[in-house]
Amino acid sequence: MAIDREQVHKVAHLARLELTAAEEEQFTSQLSSILDYFEQLSELDVQDVQPTTRAIDVSNVTRADQLKPYPNREEILDSAPDRDGEFFKVPKIINTSE
Amino acid sequence: MASIRELHHQLINKERSAVEVAQEAIARIQTLEPKLHSFLQVTAEVALQQAQQVDARIAAGEELGLLAGIPVGIKDNICTKGVLTTCASRILENFVPPYDATVSQKLIDAGAVMVGKTNLDEFAMGGSTETSAFQLTANPWDLERVPGGSSGGSAAAVAAEECVVSLGSDTGGSIRQPASFCGIVGMKPTYGLVSRYGLVAFASSLDQIGPFARSVEDAAVLLNAIAGYDPMDSTSLKVEIPDYTQFLVPDLNGKKVGVITETFGEGLDSEVEKAVRQAIQQLKDLGAEIQEISCPRFRYGIAAYYIIAPSEASANLARYDGVKYGKRIEDAENLMEMYTRTRAEGFGAEVKRRIMIGTYALSAGYYDAYYLKAQKVRTLIKQDFEAAFGKVDVLVCPTAPTPAFKAGDKSADPLSMYLIDLMTIPVNLAGLPGMSVPCGFSSEGLPIGLQIIGNVLREDQVFQAAYAYEQATDWHTRSPHV
Repeated sequence: MAIDREQVHKVAHLARLELTAAEEEQFTSQLSSILDYFEQLSELDVQDVQPTTRAIDVSNVTRADQLKPYPNREEILDSAPDRDGEFFKVPKIINTSE
Repeated sequence: MASIRELHHQLINKERSAVEVAQEAIARIQTLEPKLHSFLQVTAEVALQQAQQVDARIAAGEELGLLAGIPVGIKDNICTKGVLTTCASRILENFVPPYDATVSQKLIDAGAVMVGKTNLDEFAMGGSTETSAFQLTANPWDLERVPGGSSGGSAAAVAAEECVVSLGSDTGGSIRQPASFCGIVGMKPTYGLVSRYGLVAFASSLDQIGPFARSVEDAAVLLNAIAGYDPMDSTSLKVEIPDYTQFLVPDLNGKKVGVITETFGEGLDSEVEKAVRQAIQQLKDLGAEIQEISCPRFRYGIAAYYIIAPSEASANLARYDGVKYGKRIEDAENLMEMYTRTRAEGFGAEVKRRIMIGTYALSAGYYDAYYLKAQKVRTLIKQDFEAAFGKVDVLVCPTAPTPAFKAGDKSADPLSMYLIDLMTIPVNLAGLPGMSVPCGFSSEGLPIGLQIIGNVLREDQVFQAAYAYEQATDWHTRSPHV
């Protein structure tokens, strides 16, 4: 199952990655050979096989839903590239020029 | 540099102070780093502070644990409070964690002395440490060769005696393969034995932290300190942690050892094969019963892994959006542009490639063909192991198909790099404990590793086989001349 340049472009957008033209071209050929390699899995009959979602089964892990204030709130906010008081600040979401 | 136990005796007998031990390690790091580049950051100040505290405890007559005062290196994808944790990625180049990973805290509690954060493939994605955004680490046995990866810095640092032991993480072989390439002991414990809290997530169903050491005993001492249930990790196992050093007995009488037939096929270097065959003969001489074991689905591990791991990675790495921490590009017009350009500039080629594979494999219309199928193949590989462990106590095979390769040899072809994980990946897919121990050298003087695999939570069997083999051989006593 090969992948074409248009699909690579689409997947990059889904992954929120801006790729250069050169990267798009390179990934198209590299991803195609990797996807070709995956084809060998079709040699196995997996129709009645249950998928493994975790390496070692543990039963559902739950905890009481209790509020636990984080002690270093300021430090967390300070890690942000841009903050405004107690908010994370981001560029405008809607582009006015559009 | 001495073993943990030797250093411990020197410390409690006051032959040397912890500060002297730390200073010696830092001095050696400063001498060797211009050649090796194992460390992304040397934490000399932290090390001296921690060593002073150990010396104060010795002066006060307190009883010390074995790790107190021991210089350790920590892979830079493990969070250390107040100390940069970059994952060797531009996107985290300024990230100072506000908390300690559980393993970091456990090392602090044990009195270990952190000498630095070690280099890795970016986000632990790679097999040579060449995808690090910051530097190339050299193999101490041959500076033109890679140390393996992704935990290449942790392996090189221990091999070159820049620290006594170190922590790595292993998602598809990232502890065992660099241990093999650098001629040291490296262990991936059973999935869930060591807490992943504070380990920067790559592929959460596979990631596991483990020790690097120059001897099996040192590895057991370090595992003692880091293993154990942690409520902060929802996949942490609620099990009793034994003292792993009790399994270090040099006797394999009656032990059943399986040799995985499929690992001796095409692509295996002849010198690696010879060394591993000799190691198997050695195990037999020690009293083990050897039998060939077939794991017919083993070879599908790489394909299954390179679907599952990138899929999980694409989800895990979605958090790097330039909003809450890490890098953000400066001049974005809007939010979408900020996301896409921050991630374009922040991630290197291999990380982007894996995010792309994972996003594609999980996208509408492809999920069943890739991700679901890979998870089913994962079940088949587990079944092969389950059948094998019905017959034997441990399985053995080469850790890697070749000794360390030259820098640049495989970086142009991603698939060729993926193929070197052939023998380590199935162990992660099944969540089993696996260890690489030195078992010889190539004619060019490069180390070769023997992989010993145990059943779920049977670290005891792995340690016993590894220790018995190590005590009967002298590979681990050789050191590189850097």
